[in-house]
Amino acid sequence: MSKACILVLILIISIQSYAKEIIINPGENAQEELQEALILMSEGDTLIMRSGFYQFEDGISLDVDNVTVIGEGMNETILDFKNQQSGAQGFLVTSNKVTLKDFAILDAKGDALKVIGSKGINMINLRTEWTGGPKSTNGAYGFYPVESEDVLIDGCIAIGASDAGIYVGQSKNIIVRNSIAQYNVAGIEIENSYYADVYNNLASHNTGGILIFDLPDLPQQGGHHIRVFDNKSIDNDTDNFAPEGNIVGEVPRGTGIIIMANSDVEIFNNVMSGNATVNLSVVSYSDKTDDPNYYPHPRRIQIHNNTYGPGGFDPDIETGELAKALYEISNGNMPDIFWDGVVPISQMIFGQPNEDKLKMQENSDVSFLTISPLKYILGFSNPIKTEKKEFTGAINPLEPIVINGIQQ
Amino acid sequence: MKKKFLILLVLVLCSKLAAINNNLIISDSFPKKLSEFGFFLDDSAQTPHENVIPYDLISTLFSDYSYKQRWVYVPNNKKATYEENWVFNFPVGSALIKTFYYPVDDRNPELGKNLLETRLLLRKENGWEAVSYAWNDEQNEAYKKIAGKTINVSWTDFLGSDRDVRYRVPNVNQCKECHAAEDKITPIGPKARNINKKFDYDDGEFNQLAYWMSKQIINDYPKELVSPIDWMDEKQNINDRVRSYLDVNCGHCHSPTGNANSTGLYLHLDETRDVHLGLYKKPVATGRGSGGLKYSIVPGKPDESILLHRMISLDPGVMMPESGRALSHTEAVEMVREWILVMED
Repeated sequence: MSKACILVLILIISIQSYAKEIIINPGENAQEELQEALILMSEGDTLIMRSGFYQFEDGISLDVDNVTVIGEGMNETILDFKNQQSGAQGFLVTSNKVTLKDFAILDAKGDALKVIGSKGINMINLRTEWTGGPKSTNGAYGFYPVESEDVLIDGCIAIGASDAGIYVGQSKNIIVRNSIAQYNVAGIEIENSYYADVYNNLASHNTGGILIFDLPDLPQQGGHHIRVFDNKSIDNDTDNFAPEGNIVGEVPRGTGIIIMANSDVEIFNNVMSGNATVNLSVVSYSDKTDDPNYYPHPRRIQIHNNTYGPGGFDPDIETGELAKALYEISNGNMPDIFWDGVVPISQMIFGQPNEDKLKMQENSDVSFLTISPLKYILGFSNPIKTEKKEFTGAINPLEPIVINGIQQ
Repeated sequence: MKKKFLILLVLVLCSKLAAINNNLIISDSFPKKLSEFGFFLDDSAQTPHENVIPYDLISTLFSDYSYKQRWVYVPNNKKATYEENWVFNFPVGSALIKTFYYPVDDRNPELGKNLLETRLLLRKENGWEAVSYAWNDEQNEAYKKIAGKTINVSWTDFLGSDRDVRYRVPNVNQCKECHAAEDKITPIGPKARNINKKFDYDDGEFNQLAYWMSKQIINDYPKELVSPIDWMDEKQNINDRVRSYLDVNCGHCHSPTGNANSTGLYLHLDETRDVHLGLYKKPVATGRGSGGLKYSIVPGKPDESILLHRMISLDPGVMMPESGRALSHTEAVEMVREWILVMED
């Protein structure tokens, strides 16, 4: 072996020896021990939380880059916040290159796991849950990365959030996969975000399964490039329990997938079934806004090769405006796919640019309904369209998202 | 001879004890005990070293009715430089020291006080670092608390009512929640405009900026300064009072560069856009924090305004600020209520 080789070897060994393993066990002082370890750990370290029940009176937080925090399983290492007295979330992460794996966060008073401004956050095999079932007093979000980049949520379970089980907001480069969202108001929600792949997830027994939203007056808006595929959004049958005032409070029970005010969204190979209001809808943001930088209408939405089971059989006309309007206009014949047809006024008159149009490639027995807002406003007797032909065309597949070599 | 030696020894020791340990301020780690720094000649009585200068701010953050005593230390022969609209740029080796306490009885300072914690901001080579020391039950030493601490404390308020609070000493990460700008820790208080007021020193009453100048710890300060108003000053216009209060209590996070910028609600003094100040602004990711209300502020309708709801609440999933408060700030709540009530649509 050459001298240089030996030197390199020594260097590697010495680098590795710097990375510590820190072990925390449940017990009376676990909160302080864990929080202290989360503060004092250094780059490269791994913190291991042995299996058992950890009880917290205050939220905990991590602000060290390039570390791993790992439990011994989402049913074994339990962080319980039932007695939380302070902190707006259970666990807060504000650093980069962090991996969280194999533990559960239960009954946080606010959000369960919030991640702010992180570049490189992996959430793997984690569970967030409010154990008392769906209640408006539950915290808002299970998984809540915001203003982050390279966000991976993989193999996670989110139950009982009063807003969204898995919520990714104002972020970039996102993969949400192999996860389960149940008994939340929204199962999975991607909001004001760019470049996301949402695949191989199960969203069931929520109010709405999967939501792709964009809202005004925020630092990052104009959500785009989002692929939703190979998911099951089925039996979303929980009454909306979101506190009023929140945008998800307007989602009717029995919504499979809903896209609001995004561009370049591709929805394919999903199963949508048992959603009593409507399996798939594409809508504009309908509230008043003075934000000059905000575009409230969906553009370049592509829908293909999805499977539709029973839907629209018991629309929730009590919640929000959408279901009620659709129910009235369709005379109760709820479609598999609904587009509200709302476009800027000039496009209502002169037509939508071809490249912006909704595109569908679905089986012929999949029903579709859209409204001509102009005819509707002018009081035409039949302002609806159910023919898909106008909206068929070749699909332009969006590029997959790649994070650290991970991609579908 | 022996006696002389002993006296000498005592003198040497005393002068050692009375010295500020400059190396500890810039060291990589924090000592276990506050007394090791030597900021105080008498720690329990909080009698500062002569180079540790007390100061006060015009408008302050609410911290559960606790009292705060502040000191600044700048090493000999160094000066902090004036920065426009920002905190003084303190030299390496400086320290900002803040002790939180409750008097036994608000009405009678003679009855003594309970020291809770002393927070330090230390200017090291690579920037500021924050740490807090919690006082022991004997009140003669404060110990480093990296992960924070809960102190259950009670006192008698100005009305003679017994009050108690679950006071939280913040952990190091929580310090950063407020004391961060562009991901670096920074002081908030000692901006020239914030300390432009008189202070009653041992050697007389002086304007703090003039005093700092005379003590040669700052290089300069502008003679003309627009200072914030004291939100408690009822002679002032209510809008100015509320904006001053919101700026110091909310604006560090709720600004385009703060921790809460993703909300779109901006409460720092410079914000002028109605919707970003909360007028008819819908909640974004508020969850049950909305309390079933539709907008941050509905002019004329304080009870329909989420901002007020979250100021009143004591529920950790609802209340604002997210940390540092366990009690409702009744006086401020009343002021903000009035502000929203008279606000024109």
